[in-house]
Amino acid sequence: MRGRRLTRRVLALLFAAAAMLFALPALAHKPSDSYLTLETLGTHVDGRWDIALRDLDNAIDLDPDGDGAVTWGELSARATEVTSTALGHLALAADGAPCPITTRGLRVASHSDGTYAVIDFDAACPAAARALTVTYTLFFDIDPQHRGIVRIDDGAGTRTAIFGPRERQQIFERTELRRMHQLGAAIRLGIEHIFRGIDHLCFLVALLLPSVLVRRGHSGWEPVPHLRPALIDVLKIVTAFTLAHSITLTLSALEVLRLPSRLVESGIAASVVVAALNNVYPLLAEDRWAAAFALGLLHGFGFSATLMDLGLPRQNLALTLFGFNVGVEIGQMCVVAAFVPLAYVARRTWFYRRVGLVGGSLAIAGVAGLWLVERAFAVTLL
Amino acid sequence: MRRQRDVDNLRTRVVLNRTRAIFGVTGALVLVGALLFRPSARADAPRLPTDSGEVLEHLPPRDPGERQRGELRKALSSRPDDLQSAVWLARLDIEASRKRADPRYLGQAQAALAPWWDSPSPPEQVLVLRATIRQSLHDFNGALADLDRVLVQAPGDVQAWITRSVVLTVRGRYAEAKASCEPVERLAASIVFSICDGSVDALVGHASAAADRIERSVRTATSPELREWGLSTLAEIEGRLGRNDDAARLFEQALALDRDDAYALAAYADLLLDEGRPAEAARAVAGRTDNDNLLLRLVLAETASGDSKARDHADLLAARYGASRLRGDTVHRREESRFVLGVKHDAPAALDLARANWDVQREPWDLRVFLEAALAAKKPATAAPALAFLDENHLEDPAIRALAQRLRATR
Repeated sequence: MRGRRLTRRVLALLFAAAAMLFALPALAHKPSDSYLTLETLGTHVDGRWDIALRDLDNAIDLDPDGDGAVTWGELSARATEVTSTALGHLALAADGAPCPITTRGLRVASHSDGTYAVIDFDAACPAAARALTVTYTLFFDIDPQHRGIVRIDDGAGTRTAIFGPRERQQIFERTELRRMHQLGAAIRLGIEHIFRGIDHLCFLVALLLPSVLVRRGHSGWEPVPHLRPALIDVLKIVTAFTLAHSITLTLSALEVLRLPSRLVESGIAASVVVAALNNVYPLLAEDRWAAAFALGLLHGFGFSATLMDLGLPRQNLALTLFGFNVGVEIGQMCVVAAFVPLAYVARRTWFYRRVGLVGGSLAIAGVAGLWLVERAFAVTLL
Repeated sequence: MRRQRDVDNLRTRVVLNRTRAIFGVTGALVLVGALLFRPSARADAPRLPTDSGEVLEHLPPRDPGERQRGELRKALSSRPDDLQSAVWLARLDIEASRKRADPRYLGQAQAALAPWWDSPSPPEQVLVLRATIRQSLHDFNGALADLDRVLVQAPGDVQAWITRSVVLTVRGRYAEAKASCEPVERLAASIVFSICDGSVDALVGHASAAADRIERSVRTATSPELREWGLSTLAEIEGRLGRNDDAARLFEQALALDRDDAYALAAYADLLLDEGRPAEAARAVAGRTDNDNLLLRLVLAETASGDSKARDHADLLAARYGASRLRGDTVHRREESRFVLGVKHDAPAALDLARANWDVQREPWDLRVFLEAALAAKKPATAAPALAFLDENHLEDPAIRALAQRLRATR
């Protein structure tokens, strides 16, 4: 900021003689933070504490040879002091009873602003705590702008808290996790996702539009004679889609597989275009369930992005995934239940085959085409 | 008839086979792609080095100032309430923080002043230092309150008058900022006054006259520091007058005097970016990725020129902003809004940041990011307060004027 510099320059000039150089500096560097992760499981607390080497060097000299570089040799030689300095400024207590801390070792990690020492430790609480009290006082005496960023994970949920000179002690109540509640939440999330994600709805509608018709010849359609073949068709499609997205959703939630979100989102848009165009010109013929399966694989990655954004509780991951899939399924069934009867009744009309099927498909393909361009090139069209 | 059916069947079968092939390939591609993009190890994954000679971190150089600060700190630890030593140390810390643009030293200055920091009536010297630190942390109201108290006790404190003018300018309170420069005319050299006063004038429709005045005073400047200060101030005013060639030349002159002036470097890079010269902008800020503000310009430049390093640098900057958010800081919202709009293309998020930033600071770039984000997000009404501010203060910046016009046209 111009003006702030102005001040410091003036002051530099006015007070240079007295060495009272003043500054109004811009905060263009990352300030001092440490990152403390506490994972509680019963009476045990598993801790990881990342502290910047820059900050540790302020408190205890990490560069005895004074060459301006901290080597692993220099750090590991002072490992005991590093861990005792840090852990001397941290206290954990379960429902008021202290949880003694023991160090497991010292490692290092790269953060966006440099290398941090990583202290791995265990704490043993006398009893499984209903409330964990954390007292954090590291570096507040030498840098009151230092902050401790603490993440507590009790298996059911994750919370983050910031410790500063004015917030040295905070109490974390254990997240009460009820399985039915968790399952319910996951199911609700899955249902919401279908109705909020217009792209999944369009995909589904594009696949369902021809389900009350049978292809005759190259581009002609005839109404199905009975409800049965239509229902079997729908069942095949929906099941294939569910199976496919469950597979990729599970794999990516377990972090076995992951695709870049831009690729996934673009792919989903492309799948809607293909599914819709297929109704106008046969690209996929009668094997729409195969299309639903292949493209469902892509949609699964999209679902997992939604779940990831919400921060999955590690505890009962399978339960959450199951619930979410069930929710997605219920959402789809609602669409089917609303759509198929109407389509079945209207299937013999010229209107359904021309306006509904062809017009609707073209409209869906058009909108999805715009999404594809938007997502692939990161532009805003709609 | 029968022939026709055979042909149809054949066609259907061909289509069917083609379909299976298409889906086989698609499925395979999805799986191969997923395998290729397996989640990479987290950037901050811990590791155990094996080589004891591995350099983990470079520390700031231990210059004589560092030693002096070390000795003062040691002396102060046995007598923490020694006001003179504490004030002395805090000044050296603040100076170090200016030189290295590192807020850690500000925290250390605050630590030196700890015995008086929370006192209801700290000594005057402590108040000025506290105001300096507070405004650096964007606590502008706290800084102004401190400065007003100092000036009641010591109306001859030039430093307090100038700092006050600066903070008021950042807040967009130009009339008060100008008034705060008035006493400087009596108390300091004329160049100091002309820059204090001219910096405010340049923002309220008198940029050309202010530039002339500052240019005249730069010619009389005796020290290189003073010259550099005048030149870069002038460069920025010329840039806001749309005289980009003059501005670039002045920035180059200023930077020749002080290569490390991160503020002037950032402003110079912005000018080059506006001029459509991203390669030169990237060269100007190269090697300064430690500084978030310069890293932002590097990312914007590399993105504009399609440089392959843009992505890694963008990830690094995003991680820094993420870390800043984690600690609850809001000092980077202006820069982050530019980043989010220019690199992430997330106009609504950029607008949220720009709007929140506008509530705190109102420099020309604060105005510009707000208007740019509102335009990109197609929410011209959101920027109404910024447009009203522009009307009220007659800022001449052509880039901002053009944005305002486009916004008004879309309303």
